[in-house]
Amino acid sequence: MPKAIVKVPTPLRPFAGGAAELSLEGATVGGVIHALAAANPGLQRHLFTPEGRLRNFVTVYLNDEDIRFLQREATPLNEGDVVSIVPAVAGGAPSARRHREAKSSPADSAPPPGTPFSKDDLRRYSRHLLLPEVGVAGQRKLRQAKVLLIGAGGLGAPAALYLAAAGVGELGLVDFDAVDLSNLQRQVLYSTSDVGRPKLAAAKERIESLNPGIRVTPHETRLTSQNALDLLAPYDIVVDGTDNFPTRYLVNDAAVLLGKPCVYGSIYRFEGQVSVFDARHGPCYRCLYPEPPPPDLVPSCAEAGVLGVLPGLIGMLQATETVKLVLGRGESLVGRLLLFDALAVKFRELKIRKNPHCVLCSAEATQKGLIDYPAFCGVPAPGASEPGDAVPNIEPEALRAELDSAEPPFLVDVREPGEWAIAHLPGAHLIPKAELAEHVDELTRASKLVVYCRSGHRSAAATRFLLDLGFSNVRTLRGGLNAWAQRVDPSIPQY
Amino acid sequence: MKSVVLPASLLGEIRAHSVATYPEECCGFLLGPSPEPDGAEERTILALERAANEFDGERRRRFLILPEEIRTLERRLEGTDRSVVGFYHSHPDHPARPSQFDQDHAWPWYTYLVLAVTASGTAALGAFELEPDSATFHEVGLTVTDDLPPTPEVVRR
Repeated sequence: MPKAIVKVPTPLRPFAGGAAELSLEGATVGGVIHALAAANPGLQRHLFTPEGRLRNFVTVYLNDEDIRFLQREATPLNEGDVVSIVPAVAGGAPSARRHREAKSSPADSAPPPGTPFSKDDLRRYSRHLLLPEVGVAGQRKLRQAKVLLIGAGGLGAPAALYLAAAGVGELGLVDFDAVDLSNLQRQVLYSTSDVGRPKLAAAKERIESLNPGIRVTPHETRLTSQNALDLLAPYDIVVDGTDNFPTRYLVNDAAVLLGKPCVYGSIYRFEGQVSVFDARHGPCYRCLYPEPPPPDLVPSCAEAGVLGVLPGLIGMLQATETVKLVLGRGESLVGRLLLFDALAVKFRELKIRKNPHCVLCSAEATQKGLIDYPAFCGVPAPGASEPGDAVPNIEPEALRAELDSAEPPFLVDVREPGEWAIAHLPGAHLIPKAELAEHVDELTRASKLVVYCRSGHRSAAATRFLLDLGFSNVRTLRGGLNAWAQRVDPSIPQY
Repeated sequence: MKSVVLPASLLGEIRAHSVATYPEECCGFLLGPSPEPDGAEERTILALERAANEFDGERRRRFLILPEEIRTLERRLEGTDRSVVGFYHSHPDHPARPSQFDQDHAWPWYTYLVLAVTASGTAALGAFELEPDSATFHEVGLTVTDDLPPTPEVVRR
């Protein structure tokens, strides 16, 4: 592996044994930076977030180029390259409102209900005030409202912006992710300069710059059965912008147990759904879907893709339903499921009824508290082992060595044709996962198989499938093509 | 952590900068001796360099000095007897105390000067350094002195 010179900035030299520069081995810029932190643990906190990403205000140069304009941490190194760590320096005054701890109750900071609107607010909300259905009384209701958005992603981003613009007085946001470049195709709350930052930090700034008169409370945490009831309790309405089934069921159940309406939205490729689940007046999510689908049946947006504009539309419908609930105006979607097909531009509406046998919200309810949702949905708990750990697997470096050997394995790519067109391993054979059963005969001649996909999920399931059919020498590429790109061949694009 | 000695004329320059950019935050570099004497408990600020506030957004409450600007200045100072030892910025209509945002983005070893400024003029100046192990800001001593004797041209070693 090539050796690079890593220049240590003055403030960090005490954590690197006083060294101004160090010679370190690594295939990529990310490799040597991680090597630097591994050898000097005191640097870890200053260079990386707790999730292991480079801090947003740590800039790295390869020779004279900012790596953000190359391949970022995957930028390959040559012998003798110089890697410089340079801070961007940022700071500033506290927020317009006192910085809020995530655990504080939003009720503490609401203005008294009768507080007059300022001249600026009267001007800001003038288009609402002109509507007889809203008026000053309605705008006051919006100001007093407390809305919690679960997820600040494709659905939460547009919903948060428009609820803030409408003057919803207290917005809580639950998310624990960082902004990724692939988010910007649809998550309009963020800009390119936010990539790498925690979503909630960027979201709070953006929302407060749109409307400094409202309160934004970030809850940078994973929603769990242990914290959901406490987290939801102070809010009036919950907006469900989640992207996975365990959390969807958790949000629904917590809202039902607390007697709060939940404004539901979901998207898949070109289709979306919206409804309002309020168990006091109609069905809950479990009335519609008593059981989750099998774990592999419905891929995430990251696997299946999604039309970027679609969550914008569905998130806006969720914001619309939320505003109507606050104002008490119009007919809400309680008892109705709105379906939208973006390609056909067709809306359909289905009547949904309360299930008289619902385990959660009916008179016969047997579930009185929150449960283990990952287990309920048949998925690994968050933070559990990587996909592929339960089946025979191979690391990217070891696969590279085997491919270079005299008896390379037969490579099977189980992704979709569109993904194959982005990038694939040389010599691989494309058999999308759904078609694997039809092509099993073609695989019997191979003495050893290695299966891969983008991140390792689909290939782990495909490996299990082949093993159950009797194939004896099948392994999944751990971490998938993304791990291959990070550790073996940075020329492979990650997507 | 080092207490700070700041000549009065440099304080005057920071005040002037903050008034000129009000209501937006101003920012700039603090230059000190290079190398710093071993074991020194005081850091004397020898010069300032104004920086551009490149924050993409609300510059009334945020500042950003781009890494390119830091790199350019550090390259210019290479081989001289000065180096970047910290940064200053202003807080329009806010106290001269670092915010949580300041703390979250600070680096150890550097001196951070924060100046409160309002429409009527400037107010207090605070000096802070990041406690390396706890990643929290501590206020350090700040002494404003009469001006230093006239200095020669920056000495190139």
